Amino acid sequence: MRYVDEYRDPAAARALLARIAAESRRPVRFMEFCGGHTHAVLRFGLRRLLAPTVRLSAGPGCPVCVTAAGDLDRAIALARVPGAILATFGDMVRVPGSRGTLETARAGGADVRAVTSPLDALAAARRHPERPVILLGVGFEATAPGVAATLERADAEGVPNLFLYSLHKRTLPAVRAVLGGGGVRVDGVIGPGHVAAVVGADAWRPVAEEYGVPCAVAGFEPLDILDAIARLVEMAEAGRAEVANAYPRSVRPEGNPAARAALDRVFCADDAAWRGLGVLPESGLALRPEFAHRDAAAAFAEALVEVAPGEEPAGCRCGDVLRGALEPPGCPLYRTACTPERPVGPCMVSSEGACAAHYRYGEAA
Amino acid sequence: MSEDVILLAHGGGGLLTHALIRDLFLRHLDNPVLAAQEDAAVVGMPGARLAFTTDSFVVSPLFFPGGDIGRLAVCGTVNDLAMAGATPRHLGAAFIIEEGLPYATLERVVVSMAETAREAGVTVVAGDTKVVGRGGADGLFITTSGIGALPAGEALGVGRLRPGDRLLVSGPVGDHGLAVLIAREGLPLRSRLESDCAPLGGLVAALLDACPGHVRCLRDPTRGGLAATLNEWAAGAGLGMAIDEGAVPVRREVRAACEMLGLDPLHAACEGRLVAAVAPGAAERALGALRGHPLGAGAQIIGEVTAEHPGRVVLRTALGARRLLEMPAGDLLSRIC
Repeated sequence: MRYVDEYRDPAAARALLARIAAESRRPVRFMEFCGGHTHAVLRFGLRRLLAPTVRLSAGPGCPVCVTAAGDLDRAIALARVPGAILATFGDMVRVPGSRGTLETARAGGADVRAVTSPLDALAAARRHPERPVILLGVGFEATAPGVAATLERADAEGVPNLFLYSLHKRTLPAVRAVLGGGGVRVDGVIGPGHVAAVVGADAWRPVAEEYGVPCAVAGFEPLDILDAIARLVEMAEAGRAEVANAYPRSVRPEGNPAARAALDRVFCADDAAWRGLGVLPESGLALRPEFAHRDAAAAFAEALVEVAPGEEPAGCRCGDVLRGALEPPGCPLYRTACTPERPVGPCMVSSEGACAAHYRYGEAA
Repeated sequence: MSEDVILLAHGGGGLLTHALIRDLFLRHLDNPVLAAQEDAAVVGMPGARLAFTTDSFVVSPLFFPGGDIGRLAVCGTVNDLAMAGATPRHLGAAFIIEEGLPYATLERVVVSMAETAREAGVTVVAGDTKVVGRGGADGLFITTSGIGALPAGEALGVGRLRPGDRLLVSGPVGDHGLAVLIAREGLPLRSRLESDCAPLGGLVAALLDACPGHVRCLRDPTRGGLAATLNEWAAGAGLGMAIDEGAVPVRREVRAACEMLGLDPLHAACEGRLVAAVAPGAAERALGALRGHPLGAGAQIIGEVTAEHPGRVVLRTALGARRLLEMPAGDLLSRIC
């Protein structure tokens, strides 16, 4: 299969693994920023193939996982607005808030629909002009431009009943929180390929320049990830901290100017709450005043008045997993109280969640 | 009649019900036992040991590339019987029809059932029809039950699995699950992929004839796909299963669609494939028997039963790593059968 098989070639993988083993002398711990990377690493069994000096840990880059319970509670309240259709990406439906999930809200009569594209929400708004369609916007800079373009199209087409509840987030503030927060040793960061395709590899230079931590932007196939790890090992051994672009087929230094412009036209940075990291300044993407008429939180403010402050599920250590401070099997709830069928925390729900990846792929003895 | 739709009165037990049975069900599923229209079918069975099973079908859409709910309803039950090592003989079929279903749609489904039953060598000897109001069902649901004759000797089953047994699959996996998913509205994918939906009685007979006494266990990997079947075997036998990722046949279209949708082909349903565990010495003969049958042309040996890691399925990846192959957790592939 083209565009896949060439990045999974076993001979090329062995060559990269040999290079890593030959060059790596001091023990290092690299953070996979993206949940997508954590999944790929476990799915292809890369951890056990790597030199024993190279350890990988999960990071905060799973947008579903970092959504705070309180934000989910508000999304559930919006889903219960009479007549409303709440459109969201599939994984969000099962993520536990403080009291229930969108799935239980749906079973109770709310019209919650899983969509694969924000344009599906616009289509629903066109089909049901008498009903408000609320898009639950979750995702980093890689997802948000598509949502921005959808809102602009709704304006251009004169579709008034599409609203956004933006839980979109920016990646760099989360990396700063982890690297600057202390307590977690990170010798290198595997940078997010899809996000960097939008914001550019250069946007990650603060990781290297401010924190002295090397960064390699990576794609999501095994050879992409191994190439990034090889570059991180090289930099770590040489004591250099730079940003390497190990995903040049998708990522340019300056990113995607059209997508960045769409982001800037529709969104502005705002404080946002992260599960596990707390409220981080300028880490969220809020709608600009020009798009206030699309803001679900403003349009249905009365539905949100009653929502109590959110509480994270008792005993859940997703926050530590998201900071890379804990491996999923180290959580007392893992595989006991918390399973994919009955998830307690979001990391067990999302297809990008570290706990779900560990549960699904494990690593055979 | 063919331009009409099904009315609540078609399920009322009166004239319309009788006309529906006579003009549609009896006409297409014709056989003397069904034509007798007694409250229960009386059938003769060679030998005294029977296999019996039942299954409901709620697939959406009713018609999909490579099959339809009628073909699926026959194959599903026929294949469950065949996996027990039985020769499928007779089926019963119960129809729950939503008011307003076009008569022609129902007829297409029943004609397809009749064709598939002939292909499978079974007769539909009993049936029932209920009509529910609009919204009470989604078009058409079918439940089929079936009986088959078991040969003498030890029945196939999970209890017969032994370490060292070889695992075979009769062809590419995931065709049905992905064909139905792609046929659904809302997914912007196009493909020529067809469901593998087929009755497997003949294939099983060929396999059992070629390796008498050496076939341990058979299963058709429907919902949950190959991963679910192997996990069920591992848990049921208290043994491990180990398979080579690269040995499992998966069509290019299925792989590509799974990559895009974030699915695992090993979690996707088949409706015309079987997984076989056979004694080590009979593996090549079993492979030859499967490949010699049109429905097993793509058969492969994919792995073996192990004494290690009991209860777990281990996948050896193309890169030489080993990882667990878990049961699928999600419900992304709902209503595929």
